Amino acid sequence: MLGLPFFKGVRAETLPSDLGDHPLVVRGLTVSYGEKPVVFSLDMTVQDGSMTAIIGPNGAGKSTLLKAVLGIVPRLSGVVAVYGRSLQASRRRVAYVPQRASVDWDFPTRVLDVVLMGLARDLGLLRPVRDRHRQRALDCLDRVGMRDFADRQIGQLSGGQQQRVFLARALAQDADLYLLDEPFAGVDAATERAIIRVLKGLNADGRTVVAVHHDLSTVGDYFDHVLMINVRRVAEGPVATAFTEANLQTTYGGRLETGHVDQLNVGKIHVD
Amino acid sequence: MWINSTSARSMWIEALTLQLGYNATLVAIGAALLGIAAGATGTFLFLRKRALVSDAISHATLPGVGIAFLIMASLGGDGRHLAGLLLGAAVSSALGVAFMLWLTRRTRLYEDAAIGAVLSVFFGFGVVLLTVIQTVSIGRPAGLSDFLLGMTAGMLYRDAVLIATAGLLAIAAVWALRRPMTLVAFDSGFASASGIRVRYVDLAITGLVLAVTIIGLKIVGLILIVALLIIPPVAARFWSDRVDHVLLISSAIGGAAGYLGAALSAVAPALPTGPIIVLVAFALFVISLLFSPVRGVFSVWLRHRRQQRRIHLRQGLLAIAQDVPIYEHFTIALLLRAGFVRGDGVPTEEGRRQADQACRDEDRWAVARRMHAHESVVSRFDGLRPLESLLTVDEIAEIDRQLTERTECKEVAS
Repeated sequence: MLGLPFFKGVRAETLPSDLGDHPLVVRGLTVSYGEKPVVFSLDMTVQDGSMTAIIGPNGAGKSTLLKAVLGIVPRLSGVVAVYGRSLQASRRRVAYVPQRASVDWDFPTRVLDVVLMGLARDLGLLRPVRDRHRQRALDCLDRVGMRDFADRQIGQLSGGQQQRVFLARALAQDADLYLLDEPFAGVDAATERAIIRVLKGLNADGRTVVAVHHDLSTVGDYFDHVLMINVRRVAEGPVATAFTEANLQTTYGGRLETGHVDQLNVGKIHVD
Repeated sequence: MWINSTSARSMWIEALTLQLGYNATLVAIGAALLGIAAGATGTFLFLRKRALVSDAISHATLPGVGIAFLIMASLGGDGRHLAGLLLGAAVSSALGVAFMLWLTRRTRLYEDAAIGAVLSVFFGFGVVLLTVIQTVSIGRPAGLSDFLLGMTAGMLYRDAVLIATAGLLAIAAVWALRRPMTLVAFDSGFASASGIRVRYVDLAITGLVLAVTIIGLKIVGLILIVALLIIPPVAARFWSDRVDHVLLISSAIGGAAGYLGAALSAVAPALPTGPIIVLVAFALFVISLLFSPVRGVFSVWLRHRRQQRRIHLRQGLLAIAQDVPIYEHFTIALLLRAGFVRGDGVPTEEGRRQADQACRDEDRWAVARRMHAHESVVSRFDGLRPLESLLTVDEIAEIDRQLTERTECKEVAS
């Protein structure tokens, strides 16, 4: 009770009733920093149990889309429904992995404490951290292969290890919908493998994964659905049908060289 | 005042043990609580990287002091009632903060510019007000300017109780809110996504800083309270890599500075209390900066030196094993001193043995690096520590099984 003003309530905003109960439905979302919209009137429907990649060039509004969905940046217009309800009502079902570069890694904290932050709502203001909480955090570290690092100061980690700690923190949130902002940016190959293994495991478990992604060559291997945006939505759907050369050209414009598209084997990628 | 060293020392002891009279005791307890509250509150201001906000908050108190005095004097009161003056200070400071936040949110001004604007405008207005009050001599304005640098000489019992109570409340609030404040300071995006109202938490931090500033006006004064908010956490950061510990150490440093400073100025009444407290805090900062075994300058330098020696020695041994020339005099000197080479540069028996050991360790590390199971150990690889010290005998045996006959380390030379 004491912590109430510091935690967002579950007071539901009224949503249109015809949005369905998909993990995430976005309708007419516009976000603007200053005069120019970063995301404009964007629609998006994330299928339950999908692995969805959000792709688009730099400045296309990929990260902003995630932040607006999560209420981190204010939206100018639009409706966001998470499992058919408002974000406030469904917040416990959503986990978030921000960009690694968004925090100061010299912050005085240890790896285990960062993962425990995933339990912030369970712990509230004053509830003591008990062994079962620590155990849960350690298990999450174990899943990303970082258990032995629990006591390290976070500043001692490599970039890939930092990313895995962030993923472990999201695992601790034990959500149904995972939103990840560039989880593979600037990480080593071993970390990329570890992360995709965890994400595919979550997916096999019935969870829905949405990730901002920048490496076009792995879209077909890692994801089954794709959302292509450049401020506006360009295409959305299964990788096999939406991830086409034409859509890539529209999304990236002149920034994508033709040769590059050929290398991707777009449309021919087998999705398993 | 300093009659001789014996009496000075006994006075010092008396001051520290609160035997130097009623007023000195009040001031010492009040200053200690203020220091703890400031150290605790300042920790989150510092971690949130908004240390300068305290500058705007403190300078924006001055006009409130003047206006509160005018109101109380015109109502026929004393005009110097501490609680009334502090209330005025709190109101004008809150206005200043609100103005600053509005500037940063509604215009494209950065926070530091907004801080500068609020700080100078409010402080300037306050100075004008106090000057006018003193010129036209309404009420009994003597002592109003003490709020600039603090004045403890005439502290009353009720003043001390006010400061102590507010200080304790601030400490309790920081303790209760330490989790959301930590989360917001580390990763405000994640905090917001997991349902924490970042704006409220920021407001709580700002509000606590405001509260500490207000209660610190009487003892330290508005110009120096910033030091008491910022120096303790910065000093504490040298001692620990954990928020909870930084919070406790910062509170302790703030409390110690307040207590020792007040005691010192009780021994030497000619010295102003506030600045002495800040100087003591600064001394504790310098000690932390230089001597902390965790992040202090000396220990970092010592660790660097020790590592440099170990690396040179290791490189020297590897060079012996691979039979390649050693170019650096420092390396040769270290090998010579360790008895690994003779004066003419020829390796000793012991040197050969150590060199072979270094070589084998190098090979083991190479194998361990390829084995995924040892990732956490490998990430600690500094090219120096023998692998035996990090892995079990069985694990070493497993690695040795994977070692080929011709070791890679020695291959380099051929």
